[in-house]
Amino acid sequence: MRGFNVAEAFTHLVLILRHPSESWGLVRLSARSYSPEIPAFAGMTVRNRSGFLRRYANRLVPFRGGLGVALALFAASPVLADSLMPAAKYANEQLPDRAQEAKAKALMETIRCLVCQGQSIADSDAELAGDMRSMIRTRIEAGEKPEAIRRWLIERYGDWVSYKPPLDALTWPLYALPVAFLAFGLWIVSGRLKRRRKS
Amino acid sequence: MKKLLIWLPLGLFILFLTVFAGGLLRPESKTIPSKLVGKPMPDFALPAAVPGKPGLSSAGLANGQPHLVNVFASWCIPCITEAQQLRQLAEAGAPIYGIAIRDTPEDLTAFLARNGDPYRAIGGDANSSVQIALGSSGVPETFVVDGRGIIRAQHIGEIKPEDVPGMMTALAAAQ
Repeated sequence: MRGFNVAEAFTHLVLILRHPSESWGLVRLSARSYSPEIPAFAGMTVRNRSGFLRRYANRLVPFRGGLGVALALFAASPVLADSLMPAAKYANEQLPDRAQEAKAKALMETIRCLVCQGQSIADSDAELAGDMRSMIRTRIEAGEKPEAIRRWLIERYGDWVSYKPPLDALTWPLYALPVAFLAFGLWIVSGRLKRRRKS
Repeated sequence: MKKLLIWLPLGLFILFLTVFAGGLLRPESKTIPSKLVGKPMPDFALPAAVPGKPGLSSAGLANGQPHLVNVFASWCIPCITEAQQLRQLAEAGAPIYGIAIRDTPEDLTAFLARNGDPYRAIGGDANSSVQIALGSSGVPETFVVDGRGIIRAQHIGEIKPEDVPGMMTALAAAQ
């Protein structure tokens, strides 16, 4: 049996609490892949599908004061495991040049985060988003054009990564329809006006 | 004609509703595959991530042999469950190279000691720059790269026991 390691349990707890939206998936995943043969799971006494969860829940009881609290903590909160390394240089630090910072900010607000999908990298707390912000600021500081960086990212992640839809064979109705609707409305209004003048 | 035209707005509205509902009901896909599959590996040079093991560069990888490039980290939980399968692949002769994301030599050494070390070389990617250049969105991910340095396949998520034969086939196909 593996002994209880306070430091390790604490690390896991911090990881889980830091990213409440993602940990549920990971905990479930780990429970599913639990197998007594895997060295990492050695020492687990509970051999059912929720072995992973039970192991930590049981161990946490003395600290949290109740199984319910411990279970709620683990079930409701998300662990996106994060590294323990500090954020990259420009992840949370603005560029000294304000014009450059404005360009970087505008680009970051239209680049989608791969981890917290639905957020821009400017909004996301995920580490990968931090690293992408740092990369964008560094490249803009070096004089690269924001649209070139966007193209570079789209080459790697596809249009998905950009919040600025491109104009192509699939997306042209997005741009053409508002114009068409406006023209249609004007046509109706002009027809009515003409009729009113005649009467 | 005029009678029919009166139904046009309603028809358009129902059409819009159908498209909208279809989009809402379709299960969302959370995995974003890399667009670099079929394209050459980006240029990079990463320092050694652990003492006593070489680092990783794109030049060193284009050595005429197909190989697996595993993006992983010591702080990544699914990477622990994947380690077993990587060992199997390494034992079957697959050359595996690692890219360790945001890791320290101490953490990585402990991880390898605990879960086994199938890697021929490990490059340390301290700010995820190579991960982003690869179009990878998380850990673990594994790329199958042929001898000319062209990425032939990407496996997102941990390699499960049932994925091992598929990885060997993909590697053989990249010959």
